[in-house]
Amino acid sequence: MIEKKTWVDYTFDTINHIVLAAIAFVTLYPFWYVLCASFSDPNLFIRKDFVMLFKPLGFTLEAYKQCLTPRVLSGYGNTLFYVVAGTLISMFLTFLGAYALSRKGWMGKRFITLMIMFTMYFSGGIIAIYLWVEQLGLVDTVWAVLLPTALSTYNMIVMRTAFASVPESLIEAAKLDGASEFTCLFKIVIPLSQATIAVVVLFYAVWRWNDWMSATIFLRSSSLYPLQIFLREILLTSSADSIVSTGGSSVNTTALAEIIKYATIVVATVPVLCIYPFIQKYFVSGVMIGGVKE
Amino acid sequence: MPSKTSAQAADPLQLKHRLTWKDVRKNLYKYRGIYIMLIPVLIYYIMFCYAPLQGLQIAFRDFRPGRGIWGSRWIGWENFEMFFTGPYFLSRLRNTLLISLYTIVVCFPAPILFALLLNEVRNKYFKKIVQTVSYLPHFISLVVVCGLVKEFVSTTGLINQIIEMFGGEAANMLMDPGKFRGIYVISELWQTIGWNSIIYLAALAGVNTELYDAAAVDGAGRFRRIWSITIPSIMPTVIIMFIMRIGQFMSVGFDKIILLYNENIYETADIISSFVYRKGIIEANYSYSMAVSLVNSVVNFLLVVLVNKISAKVSETSLW
Repeated sequence: MIEKKTWVDYTFDTINHIVLAAIAFVTLYPFWYVLCASFSDPNLFIRKDFVMLFKPLGFTLEAYKQCLTPRVLSGYGNTLFYVVAGTLISMFLTFLGAYALSRKGWMGKRFITLMIMFTMYFSGGIIAIYLWVEQLGLVDTVWAVLLPTALSTYNMIVMRTAFASVPESLIEAAKLDGASEFTCLFKIVIPLSQATIAVVVLFYAVWRWNDWMSATIFLRSSSLYPLQIFLREILLTSSADSIVSTGGSSVNTTALAEIIKYATIVVATVPVLCIYPFIQKYFVSGVMIGGVKE
Repeated sequence: MPSKTSAQAADPLQLKHRLTWKDVRKNLYKYRGIYIMLIPVLIYYIMFCYAPLQGLQIAFRDFRPGRGIWGSRWIGWENFEMFFTGPYFLSRLRNTLLISLYTIVVCFPAPILFALLLNEVRNKYFKKIVQTVSYLPHFISLVVVCGLVKEFVSTTGLINQIIEMFGGEAANMLMDPGKFRGIYVISELWQTIGWNSIIYLAALAGVNTELYDAAAVDGAGRFRRIWSITIPSIMPTVIIMFIMRIGQFMSVGFDKIILLYNENIYETADIISSFVYRKGIIEANYSYSMAVSLVNSVVNFLLVVLVNKISAKVSETSLW
């Protein structure tokens, strides 16, 4: 399309680019600030004689040496376990449910769909779930974190949309050759839905990585805590003295504690930031599939 | 085609006559694989979505853990009366409604505007970079986001440094009841503006470009085209998203609230669901908090149904 640009267009384009660049800056700057602060010399940083931080003040790795405490490391380990085990359980249930809902003809489909959809709009709330999980004797076990949130109805519907787009004729043909429903699911439908499976796996995995609510409600022993619980302690509820370990008499405790907080944020966020550029396009396509109305 | 007729005969749901036990058995046998697959899924829904609902009755009981849910004394509406006549009901309801309202007013239109602005950018790389950057906060855990917010609004934090630069006075904003809702809404905007624009960008990508060319030939300027072509073409998406958003009006995420608030600012920050969390999970006051939670769930559910009814009438677009 060729057209003449008027001065209105030029002005609009300029302002538009400035506004968008400003939004990008405001989104990105907090991360940059945290990164710079985490490498800064605590004594220089605490004086705060700068307005905005664009590079580290001095350079020290002290905060990184102190932030990787045994607790944080065990949190990391537990989180990895919850992410892997949780995603596996979730995917297993999601595959089965999505496949059943994507097939036609079986009796009770309407009733079961209704029963599943109802849970999206009405739930008993956290007290009811807590009492029930306690009654089952699961409180303070890994199952309390893994099971109550094992299946996301939203993700299952996203998956069903993908499964339903596999041509019916392929499945019918396989069945004429004697294939069971399980064979159809694992040999035909799943291999043909890889893009959506990637999306759903990532939805579950990132959700698990970030989940702290289940652990706060159901866990008591700190040996089971995921990383996010320790993060909450360090970033939001603790005092400076409890963060800084012994030794450093030359540095101001408050100053060091603040730098350690920033280093902890970096340590906890880097894994997600590293894979983010590669996975974000899958997430975007996931939102689109989920947005499609049946 | 003989195969088609036999398929129909084997599928009782397609037949007009009444279902007989024979049909049921045939269907169960034909789709046995599917029924077996459904078992774990149904166990999940029954165990973790429906079975917990029996606990709702403790809202009407004086729950003692030793006696169990069914064995505790039935006291009727006492817990509800205590909540409705107590000092918390009005203030917690007001906080819930105001935080929800502010969030919708600010965070619902923002992604639409953002998508419209991005859509006007011709430079592919600039657009891609801004988009990718704007999705980033969505992937940062809520604990880290709240940690950042707390650091930035603390007395020596980034926001206060900027305020001081302009001659203002630094203060810990999370201790100031008047500032909590603002902090909540602005951080929410930071978290969601990019991510929530995806759906609108998708709708904008589907607009027929010939319309723009035709309008340009007819002499329509830039703003005229945005107003008469772009905006009408994403209106259906906007309406659907708005309905879904209104349906969640009462379900403000309390996880962010309990990460950010402190007892100094309960009067403006504590909402119904965070109140339930504190009374129930922390203070183990199960019956009372269940009553409060039940009120919230029921209002929320009725709101979804009502909004859906209205939208089905007004716009012929509904959720189900």
